[in-house]
Amino acid sequence: MTDATASHTPQPGQGSETAKSSLFTVSPRTRRRNASERRFKAYGITAILLGLLFLCFLVYSILSKGLPAFTRTVAEVELTLTQAQIDEAESTLLKTGAYRDLMIAELGEVLGDVEPEAIQRIVGNPGAMLRNFYTANPDAIGTTVAFELPTASRVDGYFKGRITREGQANSTFLTPSDLDLADRMQEEGIIKREFNWQFLTGAEASDDNPVAAGIGVSVVGSFYMMFVVLALSLPIGVAASIYLEEFAPKNRFTDLIEVNISNLAAVPSIVFGILGLAFFIQFAGLPRSAPLVGGLVLTLMTLPTIIISTRASLRAVPPSIRDAALGVGASKMQSVFHHVLPLALPGILTGTIIGLAQALGETAPLLLIGMVGFVALRYPDTIASGFLDSNSAMPAQIYTWAARADQIFYEKAWGGIIVLLVFLLTMNIIAVILRRRFERRW
Amino acid sequence: MPNLWILIIIGVVAVMGFVGARQRALSSGQGDIRNLHSLPSFYGTNAMLAGLIPSLVVLALWTAFQPLVIQSSVTHIIEADQELSDGQLSLAMTDVRRIATGLELAIESGRLDLDEVMDMRADVTDVRPLLGEMGVAVGSDVTPRDLDAAQRFVAMAQTGNLLKTVLVIALSVLGTAFAFVRTSAVFRARIAVERVTMALLIAAASIAILTTVGIVLSMIVNTVEFFRLYPATDFFFGTRWNGTSQLGVLPLLWGTLYISVIALIVAVPIGLFAAIYLSEYASPAVRSFAKPALEVLAGIPTIVYGLFALLTVGPFLLRVFGSGGTFGVDWMSGATAVITAGVVMGIMLIPFVSSLSDDIINAVPQAMRDGSLGLGATPSETIKQVVMPAALPGIVGAILLAASRAIGETMIVVLGAGAAARLSMNPFEAMTTVTTRIVSQLTGDADFTSAQALVAFALGMTLFVITLALNVFALYIVRKYREQYD
Repeated sequence: MTDATASHTPQPGQGSETAKSSLFTVSPRTRRRNASERRFKAYGITAILLGLLFLCFLVYSILSKGLPAFTRTVAEVELTLTQAQIDEAESTLLKTGAYRDLMIAELGEVLGDVEPEAIQRIVGNPGAMLRNFYTANPDAIGTTVAFELPTASRVDGYFKGRITREGQANSTFLTPSDLDLADRMQEEGIIKREFNWQFLTGAEASDDNPVAAGIGVSVVGSFYMMFVVLALSLPIGVAASIYLEEFAPKNRFTDLIEVNISNLAAVPSIVFGILGLAFFIQFAGLPRSAPLVGGLVLTLMTLPTIIISTRASLRAVPPSIRDAALGVGASKMQSVFHHVLPLALPGILTGTIIGLAQALGETAPLLLIGMVGFVALRYPDTIASGFLDSNSAMPAQIYTWAARADQIFYEKAWGGIIVLLVFLLTMNIIAVILRRRFERRW
Repeated sequence: MPNLWILIIIGVVAVMGFVGARQRALSSGQGDIRNLHSLPSFYGTNAMLAGLIPSLVVLALWTAFQPLVIQSSVTHIIEADQELSDGQLSLAMTDVRRIATGLELAIESGRLDLDEVMDMRADVTDVRPLLGEMGVAVGSDVTPRDLDAAQRFVAMAQTGNLLKTVLVIALSVLGTAFAFVRTSAVFRARIAVERVTMALLIAAASIAILTTVGIVLSMIVNTVEFFRLYPATDFFFGTRWNGTSQLGVLPLLWGTLYISVIALIVAVPIGLFAAIYLSEYASPAVRSFAKPALEVLAGIPTIVYGLFALLTVGPFLLRVFGSGGTFGVDWMSGATAVITAGVVMGIMLIPFVSSLSDDIINAVPQAMRDGSLGLGATPSETIKQVVMPAALPGIVGAILLAASRAIGETMIVVLGAGAAARLSMNPFEAMTTVTTRIVSQLTGDADFTSAQALVAFALGMTLFVITLALNVFALYIVRKYREQYD
């Protein structure tokens, strides 16, 4: 079809002034057109490849920077403390410091001739952990206990490649000779890497002890919020969609609702944060940083998504189902609740899960209701108090880490993103499976 | 009585109402459901709803408004002797609330009873150690005024809770009883239940309106408050922003628009060409792989893009354009810059543009393509001269929607764009946006009465109006276009 060159149709008897056209020779014009066709197609392929490249780049940078957060470097020490040593440590002013010195002395004996300061720079500040252990287990005094204590964050960074030998040349926090010592300790099996459970179960930690920071508590906060979102937005969203799709007359009031829903779906999420701050916190006096408030704000944000997808799946149920139900004497309400709704349920659930996944990753409104900068140090005491106790949420926790200065917190932030994405991926896979298994084509 | 117990009692009454009314209907129809107007369960549901709905509504409203009433009443006591500024007042109220919490704890634990608490006098008893015992730390000694207010607080809360319990339970019992008495074979229970259900459905649908009203009200009230403290002309036409005394919106709008334009420059060509290729050229196999893969980009939370901008793209651009970089040009001095945020936001918007355009291109009738191809046009000529002109209004609408997303995007610019407000053309400089400033003015311990905090609401209002206008305009264009081919 591309070879048709209309202007070159030869006229009989006119001689050969114009170039003779043939199906076997390609005219320059055709060649031009074909070239432009190929170019255009190449633009399209380039665009898609660029998109996929960005995706790969993003995934690569998340995995390469985040996976180290799931391991940690520990130093293994066997300590035998006597009651006298404990008493002496307890009597000093800096009790945890005294415990640390005991441990350093022990390590010094194992390693031979090294200065205690170097060991201290490598092991960091494990004193509090030691002291807590001996306070909790007084029986252990006098016996030999093997401890696995996380090393200082710089040593951790060195073994993970975050910190290079050249970068530490002038550092007083960790000198190159310390790195030699750390290498030696690794060869001797004192320092090793292990899976970092504390990252998955732990709480936010202060700047002094970045290796201990974990995402566990904020996962719990996120769960509380998702519970609120699910409990409110599913019933309200389904009820609203049923009304709009099945019962609503065409009048000004329902038009107003329609316009509102489509506009709310496009309102920037931070505006919902402002609403939450002004209405739930300023006006209604609910506490800041509470998962309940976060859940309420995210509910308002998720509702339009759920309503739109629920309406689509209600619309997909053929009218014949309704007519059949009405024909055997069901009321309009019964036909909807007994026949249409169950058939639309898989679609509704899929939409709800996708809406929840969106809400789970949303950060901006949480910044405004105070879930950032708050240090969630422990799990809520009871299940009920978890709704109103201050807590963080996964994305807010990631943001907090990203805003910190220490490099190790960046690693934690990327690691947190992996955890968040695992949750999102699971939810989306569930949604896809639901859709594949239960969705009916009419 | 705590709300949980009230809820349990209401629930028990409702279940009893359901069973009772159902039984009564059956016996009134001589045990044969053909004699009844509705199915027996409708009679039960009717009684249940009659008890549940009024009591739950009252419970919710009472719980929401009791603190407000108490607050205003206690404020009078504090303000009786002297006028306080809003800040001082809120400090004093916090103190009073802490004392009241301590007193309530004391009553709950049986340490004191209500009369003892009411008889307490600040000059006679030392309240502070008592509160400390209850785990409530008070900063300074308790003044008589504060104790007075706290006692009033406790007294009102106690009476209020008692009244609430009585009223709610009475409503639940009375409602159920009323429905129970009305239950008989001729009572049209199904009609009644369906009417209530319909009312609930309408109420649920109206929440969308309430949300919009809530958004607009919460911003208008605070914006008006802000304009009383800070002149509106300075806000709208001021060219300087420092977050405290100079609050001109123009540099922020400039940063927002600049970043959005860069984002669109990245996203529109890539998204559009991807959509064209996927809808016009791609084989089903390629399409079924590439389309979901691109849409993964849309499902990634914006905080991830923010971190990507701050820690990956920013440093990368700095290595290329910074001092001693690949090009040997010294254009960029920090990782956070307009271009960093713009590029990353563009990546985020690619799937947005591509899937919207894809839908619109697919909506162009096949007959138009067939006609063009039949006349001898190449596929690309068909797309450029037939499909695109037909789809253009829709695509413009899609781009406007993408622009509104870009303008309202927060996390990428908070992490990637920097914090300096400036009116500059250089894309390698850090600039700040409306959303970034909203976050920074309102995080931390914001005092809602100062211009510094209130300006965030004016910014939010500006943002809301701009995105709303863009959306309405985009939807108008899309809708107008659809009418041509349907």
